[in-house]
Amino acid sequence: MSWIGDTVDSIKSIQIRQLLTQGVSLGMIVTSALIIWKALMCITGSESPVVVVLSESMEPGFKRGDILFLHMSKEPIRAGEIVVFNVDGREIPIVHRVIKVHERQDTGEVDVLTKGDNNPGDDRLLYAQGQHWLQRQHIMGRAVGFLPYVGWVTIIMTEKPIIKYILIGALGLLVITSKD
Amino acid sequence: MHSFGYRLNVLLTFAVTILALMCAMASLSDNLNTPSPSAEIQIMNINWFQKQPQGNDEVSLTMNISADLQSLFTWNTKQVFIFVAAEYETPKNSLNQVSLWDAIIPAKEHAKFWIHTSNKYRFVDQGNNLRGKEFNLTLHWHVMPKTGKMFANKIVMTGYSLPEEYR
Repeated sequence: MSWIGDTVDSIKSIQIRQLLTQGVSLGMIVTSALIIWKALMCITGSESPVVVVLSESMEPGFKRGDILFLHMSKEPIRAGEIVVFNVDGREIPIVHRVIKVHERQDTGEVDVLTKGDNNPGDDRLLYAQGQHWLQRQHIMGRAVGFLPYVGWVTIIMTEKPIIKYILIGALGLLVITSKD
Repeated sequence: MHSFGYRLNVLLTFAVTILALMCAMASLSDNLNTPSPSAEIQIMNINWFQKQPQGNDEVSLTMNISADLQSLFTWNTKQVFIFVAAEYETPKNSLNQVSLWDAIIPAKEHAKFWIHTSNKYRFVDQGNNLRGKEFNLTLHWHVMPKTGKMFANKIVMTGYSLPEEYR
């Protein structure tokens, strides 16, 4: 276990220039991640191109911890599509399926009703007071693909923030003490 | 150069890359499948047809649904979600789609079935335009994979109509 000794030695021998270089590398990593995220937002046309499934309301299709890839196109919303929407006053978006669509003749605007596959009733209880339908502006994207289990990382970090701090602390330590 | 940390880093990166590649290939293999599903829906009975107090028409009906969706399943399929929707046009709305019944098919063995059921969800119009209305019944399916891209499609069956009078 001589790497403990090495780590302590390298902390003792930190020079300013090396420290600044490490700081810039860390900044570059964070910035590239941000660039990729923003580029994804542009490509998919959705405010949040990837979401994590948080509830069991779409089981057995989507389980807690799966991630969904979203895409928003100008195509009209049709029954059967799985959409992600925000309800006024709630900050967490909901991922459910469209079961009813009423599209106006003149304006092309739609009234949409959604329901989770695993829920007994439709989503009217989740909508804002007095709201019976969703409109296009509430919908952030359609789910087009998914990956299982990958979202557990986000769920753990949100529900037990201490793990997030430990991870960031460990990563920071690793960057500072790495020789290259 | 050959420290434990370095080796762990390389191993993990390689493992994640290979996993991502395998998921992508699994998803792409779904495109090789050419499905040929078939379905038939008969309306056995219009149970009742009323105008609600709020002014919207509502229908309750009993259907006989039979379908063979076995060709939709691939090795990468987790489940197929199907639903039957009534589609029609009214003076106010260019398109109305109302889901009447849905089901989850978890495996290929259950994909060839026959069911006699009344509508699971209420068939309510925005308004009172349903008397004598002609409508289509569409069977939609949504193939949900174990990983990757989801596919959806439908079969449209035309020629259904509602009674001229409330009952």
